[in-house]
Amino acid sequence: MIDDLSPALILIFGGALMPLLPRNGRNIVLFGAPIAALAQLCLMESGNHVLWQVFGHQLITVRIDSLSFVWALIFCVAACINSLYSQHLRQGAELGRLQDASGLIYAGAGVGAVLAGDLLTLFVYWELTAISSVFLIWASRTETAIKTGIRYLIIQVGSGVLLLAGALLMLNTTGSIAFDHIGLDSTAGKLIFIAFGIKCAFPLLHNWLQDAYPQATPTGTVVLSAFTTKLAVYALARGFAGEEILIWIGATMTAFPIFFAVIENDLRRVLAYSLNNQLGFMVVAVGIGTDMAINGAAAHAFCHILYKALLFMSMGAVLYRVGTIKASELGGLYKSMPKTTFFCIIGAMSISAFPLFSGFVSKSMILTAAAEEHLWLVWCVLLMASAGVMDHSGIKIPFFTFFAHDQGHKVEEAPANMLWAMGIAAFLCVAIGVYPQPLYALLPYPELALQYNPYTSDHVVAQLQLLFFSAMAFVVLFRTGLYPPEIRSTNLDTDWVYRKLIPAAMVPVLDYTFALVDRIEDAIDRNVELWGNWLGVQFSNGFLVRDANSSVMVLLVIAVFAVSLIWAYI
Amino acid sequence: MNEDDKRWLDHPKNVDKLVYALAIACALSVLADFVWTRHGHFDFEEITGFYAVYGFVAYCFIVLSAKQLRRLLKRDENYYD
Repeated sequence: MIDDLSPALILIFGGALMPLLPRNGRNIVLFGAPIAALAQLCLMESGNHVLWQVFGHQLITVRIDSLSFVWALIFCVAACINSLYSQHLRQGAELGRLQDASGLIYAGAGVGAVLAGDLLTLFVYWELTAISSVFLIWASRTETAIKTGIRYLIIQVGSGVLLLAGALLMLNTTGSIAFDHIGLDSTAGKLIFIAFGIKCAFPLLHNWLQDAYPQATPTGTVVLSAFTTKLAVYALARGFAGEEILIWIGATMTAFPIFFAVIENDLRRVLAYSLNNQLGFMVVAVGIGTDMAINGAAAHAFCHILYKALLFMSMGAVLYRVGTIKASELGGLYKSMPKTTFFCIIGAMSISAFPLFSGFVSKSMILTAAAEEHLWLVWCVLLMASAGVMDHSGIKIPFFTFFAHDQGHKVEEAPANMLWAMGIAAFLCVAIGVYPQPLYALLPYPELALQYNPYTSDHVVAQLQLLFFSAMAFVVLFRTGLYPPEIRSTNLDTDWVYRKLIPAAMVPVLDYTFALVDRIEDAIDRNVELWGNWLGVQFSNGFLVRDANSSVMVLLVIAVFAVSLIWAYI
Repeated sequence: MNEDDKRWLDHPKNVDKLVYALAIACALSVLADFVWTRHGHFDFEEITGFYAVYGFVAYCFIVLSAKQLRRLLKRDENYYD
C-alpha cells in the first residue's frame, strides 16, 4: 500500500491539513510534506502504479518512467525550496495559512499531473493546478490582484476544459485515453495541443503569465514560476514530441518576449517575459524531438526551475524589504542587501548560460540538437535570444535593482529563511554547472547525455564571446545614453484585447441593446395606455357592461373551446 | 547619499576599471579564435570573431528596436485602472 502512495497525494494532503494546524504543526508539515514526497518518489519503482477502473477504462494515476521522473523530481525539489523561502510567513499574519495550503496543493497537483498515465487523471490534476494556484495571486489582497486572479483562473480552467474535450473526443474515436504520443492528426489531438499551448504560454496565448505572476505575493510568484508552465512543457514532450510546428512556435517564443522585457519596468514582469523566452528553448527542443533534443528540454526545464526560482526569490526579497519592485524606484541595494545581490548575480549568470553555471550545460544541448538537424535559421534565432537573455535577466535585473543609480533605500537584508532558500538554489545552479553528470544521468536518454560534453573549447570560447560582447554592447549603449531608461509605464500586450478592446467594442453593442429595450418598453407603455383607455371605456359604458343573452355566452364559450382544441392539435 | 556610505563602486574611476576589465575579457575571447579554429556545425561559425560580432549586433538590435517598440506600446502606469 505504502509502496503505491502517490508523492502527489502526500503534498496535497499536507496542504489540505495546513489550515487546521497550529503554527508548529504547520512548520513540520511545510517541510515534512515535500521531503516525504521527494523520498517517496525516489523509492518508488519505475512503472505504472495505482490503477483504477472507471467506467471500464483503466486510469494510471502514477506512472514513473525516465521522462516523468526528472520532472517530478525537480517539482519536489522546488517544493522543498519554496517551503523554506516562505517559512517566515508562519511568524506573522493569518495570510500565511492560505499561501501554505495552496502552495503545497499546487506543487502536489503539478507532481500528480506529470506522473499521470492517462488523460483523465491529467485533466483532474491540470485543473487542480489552476484552482490551487490562484490563491497565491489572491493572497496579495489588492483589488488589482483579485481581478488578475479571475482572469488567470478563467484562462487556466479554459485550458482544462479544452483538454477534457480533446480527451473525450479521443476516447470516442480511438477508445483509449492513455497519455502517450498524441500527435496533431486528429481533432482531439489539436484540442489537446491548444490546451497544452495555453498553459505553455504559446505566442498570443501567453499573456496570462505576464499578467498574473507579478501580481502574486513575494513568495507566491516564486511558487507559481516553477510548476504550471514546465508541466505544459512536459505534456508537450509526452504528447507532441517531434511535431515540427513546435520548432517555429518555440523559436517565436524565444524571440518576442525579449523586446518586451527590455522596456518593462516591473522587474517581476521582466522575469515573467524571461520565463516565456526560456520556455521557447524547451518548446523548440520538444519540436525537434530527437533524443538529444528531448534530453535538452528536460535538462533545461530542470535547470530553469532552479535559476528562475532563484531570480524570483531575489526579487521577492527586494519587494518584501523595499515594498516596490519597479526598476524606476530601485538602485544601489547592494549596500543594504549584499547577500541577496550575490545570489541574484548567480541566478543571472546561470540563466545567461555562463560556463560553470547551470544554464550553460542545458541550453548548449538544445543548440547542439538544433545544429545537428541543420536548422540554421532556428539556431540563429536561439543565439539572438541568448543575447537577449543576457540583457534582461543577466544585466537588467541585477543592475537596475542592486547597482545603477542609488535611490537611498535603507533596508535590512532579506530574512534568514529566504537567504537559505536562495543559497540552496544558487548552490545547485553552480553545482550542476560545474559537475553536470548527475543531472545528465537522470535525463530520459542517459547514455546519450553522459556522452555529451558541454565543456569543449569550441563551446566555451563561443559562449564567452557572445556574452562578453553582449555585456560590452550594454556598456556602450548605457554610457552613450542610448539604453532605454527605466520609466513608470504600462506596456500593451495581447491582454489589451480582452482588457480594453473587447470591453470597448461591447459599449456600442450594449448601447444599441439598451436603446432597443427602451424602445420596446416605450411601445408597450403606449399600447397599454391605448388599450387601457379603450378597456376603461368599455368597462364604464361599452359592450362589456351591457346585458347579453345567455345563448350568446354559450356560443362564445364553444367558440373559445373550439379554437383551443384546434390550437392544441396543430 | 551620505558621504560616509561611499563604497568602492561609487567612484566613477573604479567603474571605469570594471569596463576596462570587460574590454580585456572581450579581447582575450576573440584572441582565442586566432589560436584555435572553431569546429562548428555550420561553416559560418568558423569565421573569426563570429560570436563576438553576433552578440554585439544582436544585443544592440534588441535594445534599440525595443526602444522603438516602446513608442508604440507605452501607456500611463495606471492605464488599466
